[in-house]
Amino acid sequence: MSTQEQEPATQEQEPPETESPGDRRRAEKQRRLAADRQAEAEAATTTDEETVLLKVFRYDPEVEDKQEPRFDDFHVPYEDGMTVLDALIYARDTFDSSLTFRHSCRQAICGSDALFVNGSQRLACKTQLSDLDAPVRVEPLPHQDVVKDLVVDMEHFYDQMHAVEPYFQSDDLPEGDLEEQRQSRENREKVKMSTRCIWCGACTSSCNIAAGDNQYLGPAAINKAYRFTMDEREADKKEHRLRILEQEHGVWRCQTQFSCTEVCPKDIPLTEHIQELKREAVKKNLKFW
Amino acid sequence: MTTIYEHDVIVVGAGGAGLRAAIAAHEEGADAALVTKLHPVRSHTGAAEGGINAALRDGDDWELHAYDTMKGSDYLGDAPAVEGLAQDAPEEVIQLEHWGMPFSREEDGRVSQRPFGGLSFPRTTYAGAETGHHMLHTMYEQVVKRGITVYDEWFVTRLAVTDDADPSERECHGVVAYDVATGEIAGFRATGGVVLATGGLGQVYEHTTNAVSCTGDGNAMAYRAGVPLEDMEFIQFHPTTLPSTGVLISEAVRGEGGILYNADGERFMFEYGYATNKGELASRDVVSRAELTEVNEGRGVHDDYVYLDMRHLGEDRIVDRLENILHLAEDFEGVDGLEEPMPVKPGQHYAMGGVETDEYGATCVEGLYAVGECACASVHGGNRLGGNALPELIVFGARAGRHAAGADLGDALIGTGRSGEVEEEDGLDLPVEPGATTGGDAVADGGAVTEAGSVVEAAVEAERSRVERLMERDDGVKHSEIRAAVQETMGNHVNVFREEEGIKQALRDIRKARERYEDVYVADPSRTFNTDLVQTIETRNVIDVAETIALGALARTEFRGAHWRAEHQERKDDEWLKHTFVTWNDGTPDLWYKPSVLEGEGGEYEPKVRSY
Ligand SMILES: Cc1cc2nc3c(=O)[nH]c(=O)nc-3n(C[C@H](O)[C@H](O)[C@H](O)COP(=O)(O)OP(=O)(O)OC[C@H]3O[C@@H](n4cnc5c(N)ncnc54)[C@H](O)[C@@H]3O)c2cc1C
Ligand code: SF4
Ligand code: FES
Repeated sequence: MSTQEQEPATQEQEPPETESPGDRRRAEKQRRLAADRQAEAEAATTTDEETVLLKVFRYDPEVEDKQEPRFDDFHVPYEDGMTVLDALIYARDTFDSSLTFRHSCRQAICGSDALFVNGSQRLACKTQLSDLDAPVRVEPLPHQDVVKDLVVDMEHFYDQMHAVEPYFQSDDLPEGDLEEQRQSRENREKVKMSTRCIWCGACTSSCNIAAGDNQYLGPAAINKAYRFTMDEREADKKEHRLRILEQEHGVWRCQTQFSCTEVCPKDIPLTEHIQELKREAVKKNLKFW
Repeated sequence: MTTIYEHDVIVVGAGGAGLRAAIAAHEEGADAALVTKLHPVRSHTGAAEGGINAALRDGDDWELHAYDTMKGSDYLGDAPAVEGLAQDAPEEVIQLEHWGMPFSREEDGRVSQRPFGGLSFPRTTYAGAETGHHMLHTMYEQVVKRGITVYDEWFVTRLAVTDDADPSERECHGVVAYDVATGEIAGFRATGGVVLATGGLGQVYEHTTNAVSCTGDGNAMAYRAGVPLEDMEFIQFHPTTLPSTGVLISEAVRGEGGILYNADGERFMFEYGYATNKGELASRDVVSRAELTEVNEGRGVHDDYVYLDMRHLGEDRIVDRLENILHLAEDFEGVDGLEEPMPVKPGQHYAMGGVETDEYGATCVEGLYAVGECACASVHGGNRLGGNALPELIVFGARAGRHAAGADLGDALIGTGRSGEVEEEDGLDLPVEPGATTGGDAVADGGAVTEAGSVVEAAVEAERSRVERLMERDDGVKHSEIRAAVQETMGNHVNVFREEEGIKQALRDIRKARERYEDVYVADPSRTFNTDLVQTIETRNVIDVAETIALGALARTEFRGAHWRAEHQERKDDEWLKHTFVTWNDGTPDLWYKPSVLEGEGGEYEPKVRSY
C-alpha cells in the first residue's frame, strides 16, 4: 500500500535543461527518500493502531517531483489530545523529514502555524484532531504565495501591519523618570482583545476583500490600528490614526462578512472593531464638513 | 561570491533581550541590525505569562528585590549583576509603559503588581496573563518605529572570531547566517559588537515549556568559539505544566491562591511538610520535587501528575486575572479550569546558566556579548525566581546594546574568562571522554586570522563546507532520532532528581549521540526553506549543550537551588560557593571554577538557609 497517492495526478516531469552535479545528487536523494518513506509508512500502517489519515499539500519549486503541487497521504497513529501540529511533527520525524511547516511555541502564542485545515484557517497547534472529520486535509493559507509545502510568504502581511504605524507615539509623557502614564481599567479593558493579536494571518487569509484588493490593509492591520486609536494614553494621536484608516484601502473596504472574526484563534472581535473605527471616522468627518 | 552585510551592532535573536539590545544600540547612535531565525514576534518571550519583577512602589525598594533574588539563587548569584537587575528594573518597566505596553491597571490607573513565589513584596508587574506577549510586541513596535534592520528567518550558525590560542584574547567580528528561505550563506560583519540573545535550551529535554526553537544555539556557538559556559547544571523545572504538552500553567495561579492536591485530595505542600510556611508559593525547585515525590510514593494521579485547583477563586477573579489559563487548559488538555482541577507535573522551564558575562553582558571575547536566557551574568545563580527573567531581558539587553554601541558604562566588577581565582577540576571521574569526535570544529581553520574582514570570510567558508557536507551525505542517521535519544537520557538522568550513576549514563549516551551524529544526514535535498537542515544543525547544538549540563551536574557534589544530588543532600558552602565553568577547549572540554561574588554595594550577602 502506498502513502504516496498523488492527487491530482502529475504530468511527466521534463528533466531540467542544465543539471549540475548538485542537482543530480539532490534528485537522486529525493528518489531514495521516496522509497524509504514508502517502506516506513507501510511498516507503520501494518500494525493495528488507530491511525488518522492526513492529506498534506506538497510543493517545492526546486525539487523535481515536487514542482507540481500534490497531496501526500500520511497515516499517523492517533493519541488522545493530539493536535494537527503533533500529527505533522510525527509525519515529518517518522516518514518524511522534508515535510515543511512553520511552528515554534506549540501553544497558540507565536502565530507561526496558521494553516488551512479541512477548509478553514486554524492554528495547527490549537486544533485537536478529535474535532475534525477524517481525512484531515492540510494546506497552506490561501491567498498567499506558497514558498514550500505549508510555508507561505508572509511579507505582504507584515507590510500591511507596518503600514498602520503600529507603535505607540504619545508626545505627552509624565514628568519624572519613574512616573507611569495613567490608564483607566475601563480603557485597558476596551483595548484588551485587540492587543492579543499574534500576527498569524488567518484573518487576512480568510477575507474575500483582501483577496481581491491587495492594497486593502486587512483585518489584522486595522485591528492593530484600533489598539492604538482607542488607547486613551495616546488620545493626542487619534485623529492622525483615523486618517490612516479612512484612506481608500482602509476601513471602508470592509463589507462585514465576519469571516475574519470567525477564524481568529484569539477570539478578537475584528469585524466589530472595524465597524467601530468606521463610526469614529464618521464622527471625525462630521466635525470638519 | 560571498555576501557580507555590515552593521555597527549585530544582535542575534529578537526575543525580549535582543529587541531591547537593538533599541538601546540604536538610541546610542549605532546602526543596529537583528538577525533572527524566527520573525521577532514568534520569539518565545511571547509565551511568558506571569510578570516582571520591579520595585516600583512605596514599601518596596531595590535592596529588597536584590536580597530576595540572592536568597532565591542560593547564594550563587553575583552581587553586581543581582543589584544591577534590581536597580534598573523599575526604570526599564516604566520605559515599557511609556512605549504603550498594556499593563493591567489598578483603580487609580497605575500599573498592577502581584505576589509571586520567593518575593518579600508583591512586585510582579503584569499584563493580564500574557505579560511576555505584550512585552515582545511592544518592543517589536519600537523596532519598527526606529526602522532598525531585521533579517528574519536567518539562522545564525557560527560566530566569526579570531583564533588566538587563549580565548580571552580572541575578538568577535561578526556571525555567519543561513537564509532559511533561499539557502544562501552570508557573513554579517559587526564593527562594534555582536550580541547573542538566542534564548533558552529547553529542547535538550523532551518535556519542556520551551518552544521548538529553543535549542541553545547561542550557548553552543559561544562555547565552540571558546567562551566559558557557566553553571549549566542549574536547570529550573516548573512545577505546573500540562502533562500532555508541557504547556505552562503560570505561577500566577498559585500567586492568586491556587492549591495543589495529590490523588488522595491532600494539600501535600503542607501535609507532608515540603514547605510548611509558604506552601504552594515555595520556590519552583521545592514544589517540583514535592510533586515528583508524591508521584514516586504512589500518591500521584495515574502515577504521573498532581492537581492544581483554582475553582475556589471564583469565576470573576479567574476570568479577570487568569483568563488565558482557562484557554490553555481547555485547548491543550481538554480541561475546564472553572469546573475541575487542572492536571500538572514538572517540566523543564529555564536555564539559569549560560554564556558567561559580566554585569554589562560582555563576555571574555572582545566584541561578543550575551543577554537574556542564553547568558549567565549571573543573576539567578542556583535558582531563578519567577518574574526575574523578563526584567533580566530588558536590563541587560539595554546595557549590552549600549556597551556594544560604544557607550562607556564604567569598569565591570565581575571578571570574565580565566581571570581571578580560578580553580581547575582535575579529579572528575568521567565515564567517557566528552567533546569533539573528529576535531573538525576548531574555531577557524588554518593559521591565525586577525584581520576583521577575513575572519568573517573564513567563517563563511567554514560554514559552507559544513552545510555542503551535511547535504552531500546520501543516507545515515536522522537528526530527530539523535535528538530524541539525548532528550530521553537527559529526562531520565539529569532531571529534578540526579544520581551519580545516572549522570554518568547520560554522558555515555551523549557520547553515543555524538558518534551517531557523524553519520547524520539531511534527507531534504532542497535549498528552499530546508527545515531539515536547520534542525540538523540545531541538534548538534543540543548535543553540545546537553553535555555541558551533564558535566556540571556530575561535578557539583552538593544540593543547591535547582541542582539536587542523591548522594549529597546538603548545600556545602565551604566548598561550593563557586560557579562551574565548562570550556570547549577546541574539542577537549575543561571544567573549572571561580567563586561567586557576594560582595554588594551595601556589604556582603551572608548565605542563609533557604527555607520556605
Ligand atoms: C512558558 C514560559 C513562561 C514564562 N513566564 C515568565 C514570567 O512570567 N516571568 C519571567 O520573568 N520569565 C518568564 N519566563 C522566562 C522568560 O520568558 C524567558 O527566559 C525569556 O523570555 C527569554 O527571552 P530571550 O529574549 O532570552 O529569548 P527568546 O524570546 O526565546 O528569543 C530568542 C530569539 O533568538 C532567536 N534565535 C535563537 N537561535 C538563533 C539562531 N541560531 N540564529 C538566529 N536567531 C536565533 C529566535 O529567533 C528568537 O528571536 C517564561 C518562560 C516560558 C517558557
Ligand atoms: S487578528 Fe486574529 S486571525 Fe488575525 S492575525 Fe491577529 S490573531 Fe491572527
Ligand atoms: S506553534 Fe506557535 S502558534 Fe502554533
